[in-house]
Amino acid sequence: MSDILPLIVAKYNFWLYIILMMIGLYAMIAKNNLMKKLVGMNIFQTAIILFYVSIGYKHGATLPIIQGGHGGHSAHDAVIHAADYINPLPHVLMLTAIVVSVATFGVAMALCVRIYQRYQTLEEDELRMRVSEIPHE
Amino acid sequence: MKFIGFVIVCLTGGLLLYGTMDLPDWGDPNSPASTHLSDYYIENIVAETRVPNLVTAVLADYRGYDTMFETAVVFCAGLACFLLLRDFRPKQDRYFRHVPTGVVLHFKNPETRLAAGHEFEHMDKEWVPSDMIIKTVCRILIPFIQIYALYVVAHGDFSPGGGFQGGVIFGSSLILMAISYNLKTLVKRVTEKFLSIFAATGVLIYVGLGVGAMLMGGHFLDYGMLAPLLPSDPGHIRALGMLGVEIGVGIAVMAVMVIIYVNIVSKGRHDEGL
Repeated sequence: MSDILPLIVAKYNFWLYIILMMIGLYAMIAKNNLMKKLVGMNIFQTAIILFYVSIGYKHGATLPIIQGGHGGHSAHDAVIHAADYINPLPHVLMLTAIVVSVATFGVAMALCVRIYQRYQTLEEDELRMRVSEIPHE
Repeated sequence: MKFIGFVIVCLTGGLLLYGTMDLPDWGDPNSPASTHLSDYYIENIVAETRVPNLVTAVLADYRGYDTMFETAVVFCAGLACFLLLRDFRPKQDRYFRHVPTGVVLHFKNPETRLAAGHEFEHMDKEWVPSDMIIKTVCRILIPFIQIYALYVVAHGDFSPGGGFQGGVIFGSSLILMAISYNLKTLVKRVTEKFLSIFAATGVLIYVGLGVGAMLMGGHFLDYGMLAPLLPSDPGHIRALGMLGVEIGVGIAVMAVMVIIYVNIVSKGRHDEGL
């Protein structure tokens, strides 16, 4: 029992992200509606983003903006300790990933609009039926 | 299918949960991710670039290629939305409202022209009377949102912010205009041509700064080489280069967000929508 509690405290964030990620994966596999699949994909992406950001965290560190660095001259004298600032690299990667996920979500919705215009449905089983019904031009 | 999916999800989730046993503890300063490259960035960025915001410095300078192609991806997403959805055919049904009386006329023939000038206004099929409170609040709010977006872009070197965030805020202010008034108001003020040129200009500014550094004799995106072109302290030249890149990113992201929104809500017709 005494081993379990430190394990939970140290790892619970990863477990939460895995649960979130599996919700997204299940939605992508099992849902019939294409929009619901897209929402599942977004939940999956959010779990990955949270995972990366939590990797960058350090105990007792502050956010990665150097204090007193605004003047440009005073900062040279002060020694900067890496342990005082959290890891900026995951933040950079996720910053671009968020914007790209929004852009790809937009493209996916555009595809959904086109599919709906042509087949009048977004349900996967009906869609498969109508694709086989309508002959290709 | 649902059962098989559930089994797959449980299996994958179980394996991933088992895999977390090997991951470093939460907030461990000695975890592999926070020891090698991260320490170099934190200790040397201010001396090398004089940018206190480490995220911006890594984004726009150390990982400049990555960010350049991310911007290109955003641009391609806008282009894909345009190519998938844009519909230039004229609309069949048109609705006109007589402003003084509120009578609505429905034209089924697209060739019909309405002779009366300002008496009638062209309106959406799903038109609802605009709420005065929403319109007024949004009209007052939008300029401040836009100024805040410009601040976020311009101050990205020193405080949380940057081109991506500022661009999204600016784009959302334009989308707020489309929601609070109607889509036609937005399209009239911010035309499609304007947005397309801006999306391309943003990427061009980014790549242009990189090519400019090459022409000055440096590597691609090596902003330090731009020093002779700008009358500034040579130590701050990398910060200025990053600011230029962030402005390019902001313009591209702003334009692409609005392009995606306008195309999706109006199904490519750019006349009526949400």
